[in-house]
Amino acid sequence: MARAELMDFDKALELFEPVIGLEVHVELNTTTKMFSSAPNPANSQFHGAEPNTLITPVCLGLPGSLPVVNGDAVKYSISLGLALGCEIAPSSRFARKNYFYPDLAKNYQISQYDEPIAFDGEVEVELENGRVFTVPIERAHMEEDAGKLTHVGGSTGRIQGAEYSLVDYNRAGVPLVEIVTRPIFGGEADTPALAKAYVATIRDIVLSLGISEARMERGNLRCDANVSLRPRGQEKLGTRTETKNVNSMRSVERAVRYEIQRQAAILAGGGTIIQETRHWHEDTGATSAGRPKSDADDYRYFPEPDLLPVVPSKELVDELRAALPEAPAARRRRLKSEWGFSDDEFQIVANSGMLNELAETVAAGATPAAARKWWTGEIARLANAADVDASGLVSPEHVAELAQLVDSGTLTDRLARQVLEGVIAGEGSPQQVVDARGLAVVSDDGALIAAIDEALASQPDVLAKIRDGKVQAAGAVIGAVMKAMQGKADAARVRELVLERAQA
Amino acid sequence: MSDELIRLSAAALGEKLAAGEVSSVEATRAHLDRIAAVDGAVHAFLHVEGERAIETAAEIDRRRAAGAPLGPLAGVPIAIKDVLVTKGMPSTSGSRILEGWIPPYDATPVTKVREAGMIPLGKTNMDEFAMGSSTEHSAYGPTHNPWDLDRIPGGSGGGSAASVAAFEAPLALGSDTGGSIRQPAHVTGTVGVKPTYGAVSRYGSIALASSLDQIGPVTRTVLDAALLHDVIAGHDPLDSTSIPEAWPSMADAVRRADVSGLRIGVIKELDGEGFQAGVRQRFHESLELLEKNGAEIVEVSAPHFEYSIAAYYLILPAEASSNLAKFDSVRFGLRVTPEGGGTVEQVMSATREAGFGPEVKRRIILGTYALSAGYYDAYYGSAQKVRTLVQRDFDAAFANVDVLASPTAPTTAFKFGEKLADPVSMYLNDIATIPANLAGVPGISLPSGLAPEDGLPVGIQFLAPAREDARLYNVGAALEQLLEARWGGPLLAQAPDLSAHELTATEEGAL
Repeated sequence: MARAELMDFDKALELFEPVIGLEVHVELNTTTKMFSSAPNPANSQFHGAEPNTLITPVCLGLPGSLPVVNGDAVKYSISLGLALGCEIAPSSRFARKNYFYPDLAKNYQISQYDEPIAFDGEVEVELENGRVFTVPIERAHMEEDAGKLTHVGGSTGRIQGAEYSLVDYNRAGVPLVEIVTRPIFGGEADTPALAKAYVATIRDIVLSLGISEARMERGNLRCDANVSLRPRGQEKLGTRTETKNVNSMRSVERAVRYEIQRQAAILAGGGTIIQETRHWHEDTGATSAGRPKSDADDYRYFPEPDLLPVVPSKELVDELRAALPEAPAARRRRLKSEWGFSDDEFQIVANSGMLNELAETVAAGATPAAARKWWTGEIARLANAADVDASGLVSPEHVAELAQLVDSGTLTDRLARQVLEGVIAGEGSPQQVVDARGLAVVSDDGALIAAIDEALASQPDVLAKIRDGKVQAAGAVIGAVMKAMQGKADAARVRELVLERAQA
Repeated sequence: MSDELIRLSAAALGEKLAAGEVSSVEATRAHLDRIAAVDGAVHAFLHVEGERAIETAAEIDRRRAAGAPLGPLAGVPIAIKDVLVTKGMPSTSGSRILEGWIPPYDATPVTKVREAGMIPLGKTNMDEFAMGSSTEHSAYGPTHNPWDLDRIPGGSGGGSAASVAAFEAPLALGSDTGGSIRQPAHVTGTVGVKPTYGAVSRYGSIALASSLDQIGPVTRTVLDAALLHDVIAGHDPLDSTSIPEAWPSMADAVRRADVSGLRIGVIKELDGEGFQAGVRQRFHESLELLEKNGAEIVEVSAPHFEYSIAAYYLILPAEASSNLAKFDSVRFGLRVTPEGGGTVEQVMSATREAGFGPEVKRRIILGTYALSAGYYDAYYGSAQKVRTLVQRDFDAAFANVDVLASPTAPTTAFKFGEKLADPVSMYLNDIATIPANLAGVPGISLPSGLAPEDGLPVGIQFLAPAREDARLYNVGAALEQLLEARWGGPLLAQAPDLSAHELTATEEGAL
C-alpha cells in the first residue's frame, strides 16, 4: 500500500480547521446476550470460548427464532446514557438495519434508529495537558454485535485472496451501546489528543459503572473516528472520512492526526476528499481506503416488529440515576484536592492511566505521596521494561502494604524495591517476601554498634575527623556499615549511631 | 372401525380415548391409514412421521394406563403446518430453500401440542413461506380440495385445511397472516380461527410478516378449535409480542354458547360487489338464523377496509423482505454454488435465485422497494397510517356491536391455474380476512353451507375485539349448532367420498 502524502501537522492546522465526530461502541458485560439466553463472551467469565459454542437458535438466526430484549442490557444502557448526561427516552424502539453479510446471521442487525434510548448529552473530557473540553453527545443507542469472520488461505488475513472464510457466531448478539458525538469543534492542535482523551473518558465511565470490561484490545470498546477539515474561515463542513479498526487509545490519537495530515495534503493540492470508510493499520501507522460510504447508504430501516418498544418506568430511571458513580472529571477534581497534589503531580498520575490504582492504594492505607511515588516510579519502570500494563503487575493492596513497611522502618526504599520484585515474581505479599527473603532492616542497635565500632577501629583517621567536627566524614563509615549489614540497615539510624560512638 | 375413528371430532375421539374405548395407537394408525389411502390424491402432507407418531401414541397409552392426568386432547393425532419448526422433523415452509433442513428445536405451539399429549402426524403443505391463497405456490406441488380435486384448497394453509376436510387428521395447526387459516376453512367446509395477535406464541413459526402472523386451530368443529386454542394460547417468554395475561377457556365459551342479545354488526363494505351470489346467500341465511335465535343484526360501516389490501401488500412484503434475508445458504438450507465457485455474494445470490419461487421473489422485490430510502414514507409509512385507520374502524364498530360478521372470502374454491397469472385477483381473495390481521383482532370462519350455483362450501366469518376471542367461540358454536340441525349433520358429511381415489393414491412413504 502506497503511503499517502502527508502535510506537516502544524502547517495543516494553519490552513484548516479539523472537525471530528466519534462513534464509540461499548460491549456490555451482561451475563447473556442482547436478545438471547446465550452466554455473553463480552463478560469475562465466558471470554475465549471455542468458536460457535455460545449460541442459541436466536444467535444463528434460525428460521422461527425470535429476539427477546435483555432487561439488564437496557438497565446498563440507561445508566450509561445518564452518565453521559443524556435524556432517557420514555419510549424507544428497536429497528432493523438490513444488509447482507455472512457474519450477520439474520442479514439484518437489530439496532435503534430514529428512537434511541438516550440522547442529547455531554461529557467533560480532560486532556493530558490539563485542558478541559465538553464533548456534545448526540445519542447512545442499543444494538447487537455481529459474528466474527476469519479469512483463511490468503497472505493478508483479509477477504481478498482468501480461499475460504470461517464464521464464529459467539459474538453475534453481544449487547452493544453505540455512543455518537455531535461534531466536535475547537479542538485545533489538540484534536488528536482530544479524541484519545474522549475514548479514555468513555472507558473510565463504563468501568466505573461496571457495565463493560472496556478492553480495547479485545474489542470491548471500539472507536470509529470521523474526521473532516474545512479551510480557515469557511463555515461549511468539509467531506469526512470514517476511520475504523482503531483498537487502542494511542491509535485513536494517531489515526486522527494521520487523517488531518492526509486530508490537508489532498485539499492543499486541489484535490477532494472521498467520503469513505478507512481502515487504520497499527503496523504502518496509516489509514487505507475501505468502501465508499455515503449518506445515501440504504439500510432500509424499519421498526423491529418482533419487539415491543422499550418503556422504562420513571422509577427505574430515577433509581439508576441515584446509583450513578461519580463522574470521572468530578472524581479527578475531588482526588486532586484530597491528595493535595500539585497540578503537575496530579497530571502525571492522570496521564499514567493509574488513577484507579492510586485511589485503591490510598484506600488500602498508603499515603497519597507514597502511592504516587510507587506507581509512577518503580512500578511504572518495571511495567515499561516488561512491556506490560502496570495495573496487572501488582495489586494496590500489596503496594499499600509495601509503603507501610517503609513508613514503619521495616524496609528501606532499596529493600522495598527488592520486596516489590519478589511480589511481582509471585512470591506472596510484601510481608511474606520480607520474611522469606529475610529482607527486613536490622533494627537491633547492638548489631549495628558492633559493626560501627569495627568500622571506626579500621578507619582511625575518620574517627579523628568526626571528633574535629567534620561530620560529613561519617559517610565513609556509614557506607562500610551498610555494606557489612548487606543493606539491611536504616542509614539514618546508622548515621546517628556513628556520631554517638565517635563522641564516646 | 377405522372409518368411524377418522370421522370423529377431536373432542369425541378424546372422550373415547379417555374412556378407554380406543387406544391412541389405534386412532393414530387409523389416520395414518387414511393418509396412505387418500393423500396421493389430496397431497395435504409434505412429510408424514408415521413411525414416530405410533411411538408417541404408544407412550400416551402407557401414561393413560398408568393413571397419569391427561388433557381432553391427549392421544389425539394432529397435523402441523410446515411453517412451524419441528425438532428432528423437516420444516420447509413450502420452500425449496429449506429442503432437507432438520430444525434443532420445536416451535412453542408444537411444544404445547406435545405437552398436551397430542400426536403429530406430519407436516402439511402450504404456499411457499405462506405467500398465497391456493397452495399453488408450494414448491412441492399444490394440495387438492377434497370437495373437488380440480380445485384449490385455499391458502396458504391449504394442506392443514384439506387434511382435516379429508379426515386425514382430526385437527391441525395453521398460521394466518392475511387469511391463511380462515380462507382455506371457507373453501373446504372446515373451521379455522385466527386468534388475537399475541394470543399464541410465534416462536418457531417461520416468519412471513411478523406484525401480522398468528398461529391458530384448523378443525372440523368449533369445539375442537376451542380445545386446541386452549392448548396453544398463552404467554411465551420467547415471544415478546405474546400477551402476558391469562386467557379464559374457549371450550367453556363453546359449551355456554348463547346468542340471545348478542349484537352482530354486518360490515357493509364486505357484503356486495365482488362477492359470489351463493356466498352472500348463505351468509344472509346464517344471519337470519342467528336473528331468529335472539341475536340483533345491525349494519356497520368500515370505510377504510377498502384500503386494507393495498396497505397489506406493502407491510407484508416489507417485513417479509427482511424476514427472508436469513435464507442465504451460510448457516442452513439449500446452497447453490455457481459453476467454478464464487464469492459469498455470488453463492447467496445463486442460492436465493434457485431456492425461492416466483411469488416469493415478487414480494421480496416489492418489500425491498417499499422500504428503500426516499420511498419509505410514501409506501411503508402510508401503509402504517392506513393500518391505524383500519384499527379505528374496528374500534368504532365494536363500540356498537359485540362481534362483526362477513363472508370469509368472495368466492368458493376456484380451479387450479385460474388466478395464477393474475396476482392481484389472487390477492383480492383475502379482502375480508386481511383487516383482522392489520388490526390484530381475532376471527373465525365456519361453514355456512354450500353455494347453490356450484355446490361448493362457503364460510362465514366473525370478528371480535382484541382479546375477546371467546365471543367468536360463543357465536360460532351457536351458529354451528343451528346450521347442523338444519343440515341434519355436519356439512362435511356431504363431501364426496374420496375412497374412489384410493386406487390412484401413490405410496406415501415416497413423499
